[in-house]
Amino acid sequence: MSGPVASEAAVVVSGVDKVFNVGSADEVTALSGIDLTIGAGEFVSLIGPSGCGKSTLLRLVGDLLTPSVGEVTVFGKSAHAARLDQDYGMVFQHAGLFDWRRVAANIELPLELRGWSRADRTARSAEMLDLVKLTDFGDYYPRQLSGGMQQRVSIARALSFQPKLLLMDEPFGALDEMTREHMQLELLRIWRETGTTVVFVTHSISESTFLSSRVVVLSPRPGRIHSVVDVDLGDRTDETREDPAFFAKATEIREALRADKDVG
Amino acid sequence: MNGGRTLRMVATTVVALLLVVLLWEGYKWMGGQTDDHWPGTSIGLPTTTDDLTMPHATDIVGELFEEVRDGRARLPLYLFLLKKGWYTFQEAAIGFTFGLAIGMGLAILMLRWRVVERGLLPWINVSQTVPLIALAPIIVTWGRLHDLPDIFSISLIATYLTFFPVAVSALRGLQSPDAAHLELMRSYAAPWRTTLFKLRLPAARAYLFPALKLATTLSVVGAIVGEISIGTKTGLGRAILEYAQRYAVSPEHLYAAVLGSAALGLSVFGLVSLAERLVMKRTEGMQRADEVVA
Repeated sequence: MSGPVASEAAVVVSGVDKVFNVGSADEVTALSGIDLTIGAGEFVSLIGPSGCGKSTLLRLVGDLLTPSVGEVTVFGKSAHAARLDQDYGMVFQHAGLFDWRRVAANIELPLELRGWSRADRTARSAEMLDLVKLTDFGDYYPRQLSGGMQQRVSIARALSFQPKLLLMDEPFGALDEMTREHMQLELLRIWRETGTTVVFVTHSISESTFLSSRVVVLSPRPGRIHSVVDVDLGDRTDETREDPAFFAKATEIREALRADKDVG
Repeated sequence: MNGGRTLRMVATTVVALLLVVLLWEGYKWMGGQTDDHWPGTSIGLPTTTDDLTMPHATDIVGELFEEVRDGRARLPLYLFLLKKGWYTFQEAAIGFTFGLAIGMGLAILMLRWRVVERGLLPWINVSQTVPLIALAPIIVTWGRLHDLPDIFSISLIATYLTFFPVAVSALRGLQSPDAAHLELMRSYAAPWRTTLFKLRLPAARAYLFPALKLATTLSVVGAIVGEISIGTKTGLGRAILEYAQRYAVSPEHLYAAVLGSAALGLSVFGLVSLAERLVMKRTEGMQRADEVVA
């Protein structure tokens, strides 16, 4: 790997194994021999059947878990250092908003922890509410919003401190199909506007095809990278979903996933 | 809407009270008609219905306005009970406050160190199996030995009953945030203390308030039992003890004193409910807004 490439990498995972419950009877190898480099500004999806370790891989990048073997670097430093520097924002399947805080206060939480002044926080949360098109909802409580709106608040919270990396763990998994497709377009718009690197965990083939510049297909037990599919569909719109090229890519990913099954 | 709700609550309480009085008097009347048997059978009623066992509700209420002696002064019974109740209230309030502080402190310690939880939780449970009647004299003797006022010892007994529900429910509440919330705080590299104040304590409120309501009534029970076992000269417990001894002469007095302690329990319960509404106003607002959206 040459210098310039390394400096442009947002995430480098090299030779990583993750074993849970080491030494006990229920020892599980969740990930084995993972090598993956994600460039700055990329939108990369991790896809695979349940139990393939895709969420585990995301948590290793976020230093919410530590690899058993190997190493993870984020923007050239250890994942641990990157977490302490709060280099990434995280979005979970369930919005995970704090019920007792208004929408704006939820978005401001990471800023509050970083010691921002009230005025700065208010200004930024207003900006973020605009970005996710919830301008007038700052004074609402999370439970007053629909699932899709809550997830947008959660994205705004993750982006509020302008991290260069966004880690998303099946963020649209709990949404209905219509809301989901709408949110996908919104996310792509935000991605283009902010230039953030996105690592996106999903088990939906069409979602990964539609969103990503690259799709990493994982196979289960133990979790390995089966293949990496480049997806070049240009700027995505709702029409993209009906494009033959879109179907062709989705088929390619589906077959990669199916190949795993045949092996197992 | 808020006023309507309060009005409805008051109305419900009044209706419930009237129902109790009706049941009481109805049962008493029936017993009088059937010579204390279930109508049409030879099965005896669980309690006899004579005026000694069950004085008329009107007599009990009327007794509240009869004058009694308080030292050298004479004053109506309800005022006398209010005075004694105020004393007991103070003991209960001090006990409750300490119980809250100790319970919260223990919960936070147990949250911080699992070892503490494993070591302490069984003892906290065991502590509540020690009969109060055995514990009270120990506390009193210990208190007098150290020249502490009796009110302190009585409050300590109330504390002993109060800290338990607080500790147990606060621990549950502090542990209630789900994995995603904790991971979120971890992703912000938030130190333990920050997670405690920004996430765990706010999340614990919903668990804490039901326990606090239980704790208020326990603190009143603790204060009354404490008064009785210490043999203080004042307080509701003292009044109950005296009237119990004179039950054969004037049963209405004891019933009135019991009413007084029930009223005290209800009023501290009400105070905590009020605090809950103030603190949890946000949740309340949330639910109401939810109804509007739906």
